[in-house]
Amino acid sequence: MDLTLEVPLRLSVFHFVSGYGCSLFFIKIGAKIQYFKNMNPTIEITAEVEDANDPWADGGQLSYRQLIWRRFRKNRMGVIAGALLLLFYILAIGADFFAPYHYNEINMRLRHVPPQRLHFSVEDGFYVHGLKSVRNPESLELEFTKNLAQRHPVEFFFKDAEGRRHLFSSTGPMFLLGTDRMGRDLLSRIMYGARVSMTLGLVGVFLSIVLGSILGTISGYWGGWVDNLIQRIIEVLSAFPDIPLWMALGAALPPGWSSIQIYFGITIILSIIRWGGLARQVRGKVLAYRESDFVMAARAAGAGHWHIITKHLLPGCYSHIIVIATLAIPGMILGETALSFLGLGIRPPMTSWGVLLEEAQRVTVLLHYPWLIFPAVPVLVVVIAFNFLGDALRDAADPYSD
Amino acid sequence: MRERYGLNDPLWKRYFIWISGFVRGNFGESFEYKREVDELIWDRIAFTLIISVGSLIFTYVVAIPLGIYSATHQYKWSDHFLTFLSFVGMSIPAFLLALSLMVFAFDIFGVPLFGLFSSYYEGAPWTWGKLGDLFKHLWIPVIVVGINGTASLMRIMRGNLLDVLGQPFVQTARAKGLKEVVVVGKHAVRIAINPLISILGMSLPGILSGSAIVSIVLGLPTVGPILLRSLLNEDIYLAGTLIMMLSLLLVIGNLLADIALAWVDPRIRYE
Repeated sequence: MDLTLEVPLRLSVFHFVSGYGCSLFFIKIGAKIQYFKNMNPTIEITAEVEDANDPWADGGQLSYRQLIWRRFRKNRMGVIAGALLLLFYILAIGADFFAPYHYNEINMRLRHVPPQRLHFSVEDGFYVHGLKSVRNPESLELEFTKNLAQRHPVEFFFKDAEGRRHLFSSTGPMFLLGTDRMGRDLLSRIMYGARVSMTLGLVGVFLSIVLGSILGTISGYWGGWVDNLIQRIIEVLSAFPDIPLWMALGAALPPGWSSIQIYFGITIILSIIRWGGLARQVRGKVLAYRESDFVMAARAAGAGHWHIITKHLLPGCYSHIIVIATLAIPGMILGETALSFLGLGIRPPMTSWGVLLEEAQRVTVLLHYPWLIFPAVPVLVVVIAFNFLGDALRDAADPYSD
Repeated sequence: MRERYGLNDPLWKRYFIWISGFVRGNFGESFEYKREVDELIWDRIAFTLIISVGSLIFTYVVAIPLGIYSATHQYKWSDHFLTFLSFVGMSIPAFLLALSLMVFAFDIFGVPLFGLFSSYYEGAPWTWGKLGDLFKHLWIPVIVVGINGTASLMRIMRGNLLDVLGQPFVQTARAKGLKEVVVVGKHAVRIAINPLISILGMSLPGILSGSAIVSIVLGLPTVGPILLRSLLNEDIYLAGTLIMMLSLLLVIGNLLADIALAWVDPRIRYE
């Protein structure tokens, strides 16, 4: 019976090294060892190993992380959402290369160009038709139609006038999603806007994690009046309706600030209100773990507060924190979008999805130039993807439940 | 001018003067409108309340039946469809929904669905006709504001009911030979609905926030647009009062929700 010996040995080593553990875990392992003992070791164990549905098939040799990963992979929507988000982040980070134009490239003569269709022919490859401008006799606005005689082929690894490479672009005007009121390419602006919109959520959530974990741990670990004070502060914060308060704080940012300062200002505003929920969850976990046997044991062995908190309490909360953080990101992204949409968030020349949507605020504009609403699509996709990812992570975070 | 509004005083003093006036019902004077804040806000707060309460009712009336349906048809395609729909509903920002609904409405009816009244009744005294006109315009903001809450509430209702349906007393009820309708409707739903009432308080901030931003897009005479204007114009007394009022509404709403919970569920009443 080598295996029965090996299982607890490995697990106890893993237990001390990685620090993930709770008494519940031990009980389950114990039950499993009993299970192995009752079996005929020669034949049935090999049969067990091949059963992919049994999480214990390899005798619990997988680490906690591997178990989570395995469980997560089974959730198809979660995996798709994760891959999609990864793609979006890559596009956002590499916007200089992936976007056909720079986000502030202004073409005053090509304002409000409708989206152009991409065509394909054998001799030209991918191409778009040229543009023909006609002045509308009633509104006196320039309107664009396609010029069938002209073809602008799409060039891959295109080198622009300043020597920068783009994945694809064209010598003639090529606006696959149209242009805005200053003739800037909407597709490029969406890609650059993703940088701000998608990282702002991450940074904001990171800030609220730091704040929430510290205060939540303090609150749960020490209890007493400190706990009371922190809980009351959280209650006061949650008594504010968030968007009006965000609006007020956003309006309070000094007008002279640079784009980067505004960016971090908005991030801090968003996370100031959102850390409370996270702190509550961490506090609950810490409260539950504080009285558990392994913390008692650590205390009896003479461990200090810092050691107990960092080595025994926080590791138990990691998975929860990650899940809550993932589910908090969409709220941050929507918050930024709403703020910028109202003109109280990110300010031009920096661009974000909210800034782009600000142009689509009036119905009259939308009726004439419906493509300006298109930045709403990535907002929706990203938010839905984060929701699905968070949901999948939540299911996976507890790999021992069935 | 600065003298008149007391802008030369230090910040803490101005705040103290304003807040002590606030408690006594004197909210200060708006810089932009040159009128007492008091005169400007009450009817806007009333409309905010109407829309918020309306969306709250909409949320619960729609979400609970859908949640029950979803839970009793677990893993059928209709459940999957509703789940997907609720994810979309949770993810779509209210202002986008308002915007797209307006464009659709314009396409279909050919008139912009702007404001809460037709131009005929704008500024007219209250009559039954005006009240009817109000309700004709009210349903769009009510639905738009309520959608986010409806979606998440439906998920919660579904989860609760599934938990309850797995409990032994439900099995007992079935074993007694009760009809499924009675088992679900009389025994399970009653238990599953309780937590939703405690969520009532938590869903209020979302609804107030939603009503503020939707009103800005739809141009409704609620707190939202005037708050935005006052913030952009640095009309501090007006903005401060509005935010204070919204927070007060929220606190009162939370209190009412707690009272409702104690009323429905005797177990949580204090001894």
